[in-house]
Amino acid sequence: MKICKKGQAGTVQSSDLMVTVEPADALIIEIESTVKKQFEHLIRAKLEQVLAKHGTVSGRISISDRGALDYAIEARLETALQRAGGM
Amino acid sequence: MAEYQLRRTLLYVPGNMPSMLQNIPLFQCDGVIIDLEDAVPLSEKDAARILVKRYLESYKERNKEILVRINGLDTKWALDDLKAILPGIPDGIRLPKADTPEIVERLDTLLTEYEEELGLELGFFKILPSIETAQAVINATAIARASPRLIGLAFGAEDYTATMEINRTKGGEELFNARMNVLWAAKAAGIQAIDSIFSDVNDMEALRVETELIKRLGFTGKCLVNPRQTDVIHEVFAPKQDEIDYALQVMEAIKRAREMGTGVISLKGKMVDMPVVIRSARVLRTARAHGMVDIIINEEDIHGAE
Repeated sequence: MKICKKGQAGTVQSSDLMVTVEPADALIIEIESTVKKQFEHLIRAKLEQVLAKHGTVSGRISISDRGALDYAIEARLETALQRAGGM
Repeated sequence: MAEYQLRRTLLYVPGNMPSMLQNIPLFQCDGVIIDLEDAVPLSEKDAARILVKRYLESYKERNKEILVRINGLDTKWALDDLKAILPGIPDGIRLPKADTPEIVERLDTLLTEYEEELGLELGFFKILPSIETAQAVINATAIARASPRLIGLAFGAEDYTATMEINRTKGGEELFNARMNVLWAAKAAGIQAIDSIFSDVNDMEALRVETELIKRLGFTGKCLVNPRQTDVIHEVFAPKQDEIDYALQVMEAIKRAREMGTGVISLKGKMVDMPVVIRSARVLRTARAHGMVDIIINEEDIHGAE
C-alpha cells in the first residue's frame, strides 16, 4: 500500500500521538516521544508491524508521541495512512 | 430468571480521546457509552471509529457493559461506524435519533447480518435507542416494542428541549410529560428506562435532586458526562436498609398468608397484597444486584404456587 500524499492523524493530548506520513523513496521512521528513552524500540516495533500489515514499504513516518499505548499508535497510524490514500 | 443487570450509571466517553478510553476499566459506573456522535467533530469521524475499534480489540477482560453511540442511521457515517466497531464486540449500540420504530428495525437487521458474519449468537448485540425528539416521544410506545434487542429506552433531554425550542431548567418541569411517556412505553414493554445526562458537573446537589426525582418517577438509571457524577447517582439508586428490611418482612408475611390460604395479610397494620409483594420483590432484586442481600426471589415467591 502506497502513501500517495501527506496524511496526518491524532492529537497532542496526553496518551495520544500525532502521526504524519508523507511520500518518500525509502522507509524513514522519525520518533519524538515523552517516553523516548524507555520505549523508542517498542514504539518503532509497533509502527513497523502496522506498516508491514498494510504493505507500506516506503514513506516518511513521523510521530510526536505523548505516551500513547499500542492500540492508539496502531489506530493513529492507520488513520494517517488512510488519509494519505494508502488504505 | 436472569440476574437483573444494573444500569444505574452509563458514562459517555468521547470516542476520539485515548486518555478517556483507556480509563474505562477504572471507572466505577455500571456501563459506558463510547461516543462516535456528538463528541466527535466531523473532521475526526474516521479517526475516532478506528481508535474505538482498536481500543475494543485491546480491551479483552471487561468489567462493565460497553455500548457505542454510532452516528444516526440517516448520516453517511453510520454504516462505517458499525463495520469498524462491531468486530470489537461491544455489548450493544446506543442509537441516536431513534424517532420511529422503523429506524430501530433497520438497525436490528444490520446487527443480525453482522452476527451471522462474526459467528455470534443472534440477538447478541443489544440496542438502547435515544428518545430525544418530540417525534420520538410520541412514538415511544411503538419504539419500545420495535426489537427484542432493546434493553431500555434512553431519554435525551438536551436534544429533546432543542426540538421543542425550549430551555432545559434544573427543576425539569418542561421534561415531565416527555419523561412520563418514555417511562410508560418502557414499563409497558418490560424494559429499563434510562434518564438523560445532567450537564453541570459542578452542581452535585442539583444532580442529586434530579436523580431522586427520576428514581421516584420510575427510571432505573441515568447517563452521565463525568465519572465524578457516579457516586451521587449510585447513592440515590441504592436501596435503603429499611426498604430492604421491610421487603424481607413482606415476602415472609405473604408466604405465611398463602400457607393460611389467603392472598392478603396485615403487616404492622398495613395491608400486604400482590402489588406490595411485587414492589418488595423488586427492591430485593435490586438489593441483590447491589450485593446487599443474598436472597434470590423467583416467580413462585412473588405469585405463589398453583
